[in-house]
Amino acid sequence: MPYSELIDKLLEGNTRAAARLITLVENDIETAEEIVNVIYKNTGNAYILGVTGAPGSGKSTFISNLTKFFVKQGKKIGIICVDPTSPLTGGALLGDRIRMKENFSLDNVFIRSMANRGQLGGLARATEDSIKILDAYGCDVVIVETVGVGQSEVDIFKSAHTVVVLLVPGLGDDIQAIKAGIMEITDVFIINKMDLSGADKKVAEITQMLELDMNYKYHSNNIDENYAKIVKWTPKIVKVNSKTSENFEKVIELIEEHKKFLEESGIKTNYQLNRIKSETVQILKHKITKKVEGLISSNSDIDEYIRLVMDKSLDPYSMANLIIKLLGLE
Amino acid sequence: MAEQRIIKVLVCKPGLDGHDRGAKVLARALRDAGMEVIYTGLHQTPSDIVSTIIQEDPDAVMLSMLSGAHNALCPVIMEQLKENGIDDVLVGVGGIIPDEDKHFLEKHGLKGFHGPGTELKTIVEFVKNNLKR
Repeated sequence: MPYSELIDKLLEGNTRAAARLITLVENDIETAEEIVNVIYKNTGNAYILGVTGAPGSGKSTFISNLTKFFVKQGKKIGIICVDPTSPLTGGALLGDRIRMKENFSLDNVFIRSMANRGQLGGLARATEDSIKILDAYGCDVVIVETVGVGQSEVDIFKSAHTVVVLLVPGLGDDIQAIKAGIMEITDVFIINKMDLSGADKKVAEITQMLELDMNYKYHSNNIDENYAKIVKWTPKIVKVNSKTSENFEKVIELIEEHKKFLEESGIKTNYQLNRIKSETVQILKHKITKKVEGLISSNSDIDEYIRLVMDKSLDPYSMANLIIKLLGLE
Repeated sequence: MAEQRIIKVLVCKPGLDGHDRGAKVLARALRDAGMEVIYTGLHQTPSDIVSTIIQEDPDAVMLSMLSGAHNALCPVIMEQLKENGIDDVLVGVGGIIPDEDKHFLEKHGLKGFHGPGTELKTIVEFVKNNLKR
């Protein structure tokens, strides 16, 4: 079996093996498939925490602080920090580690920087599989830091059990707070940099938004309607100062509370089913895209269709339907 | 999207040296050459650096040293890498490295020695041409 030596070491908790496997998964999707195939049965133990927010909202510093508290509880933590890849050169500057200088021991904390390599949605293609590797490696909590997000990079909510969104005073008004997107996928709002003026105003804006209580992920069409009436999670808000660690006990408490909520309400199972579904769709999209690209570059019928579309005797939608037939996917 | 091998480089500032303009310029140049660059920030101990290498699994590590502590710190890094069984990572050192120290550092497996005035292109080529894997 390929990579079996590395995988054996991973399951024994070897840090280098974990790091190397993540590299392999990042660099090649077919390798990723082979690795996940073997380790999958060893996953499912880690609690996955998503941390997202605008660039400069303090995600890395926040995570560094939070990790300190988790480590105190005796937990083993994996951190994946995603930063953007240049659309022009394919290069990336990964700077999240700079904020994580708590002198963590290699045995307790594994930090990995990851470029998103052009994937939209706030994560990298390899993030999901890397979470699995850190899970199998023995992490109790895997924290995923998304790229600095705008309003619609919400993929993290498909991967994480709890989504924490960082907001800072002075960025955006109450209209921003009622827009769609990341505001809807949040389980715990963190008002970071609470020492800046405007922190209380920010809390008030978010509180007002939550009072409208419209579209939150657990009570929309994500779950069974009857279910939604019984179980409810109102997103929590907490002000923190990542420099002085003020209020971090509260953050840990709220994450625990949300975890308990997921378990007791049974939503966790529901969530897992949804996660598998959305991951499968992703994988299928990738595989089918590859097939389509292969077909388009090698099949002479398709050249013929393209000419027909040129001549206006066929339209692009009809051509797509013909290609679906060729792929046997009808 | 076609997947291709992307070079991953760690740029480090070992020791008490507080000047990282050069390291940042280098990080930017390597980024613009299509590499994924991790910058660790200032004041890294040899064991910080080795821990980061273990976790990030880079192809190359570039140490920027202006403090004169290169003979003390670089061999320790190389030693710790060896202890951890890491032998496939290119380790370059640059900054202010006097000629008479190069032989000593070379014996410990360090390469590069690019000083002030080196064209960024030269360092990019150095990384590309000296990878060990």
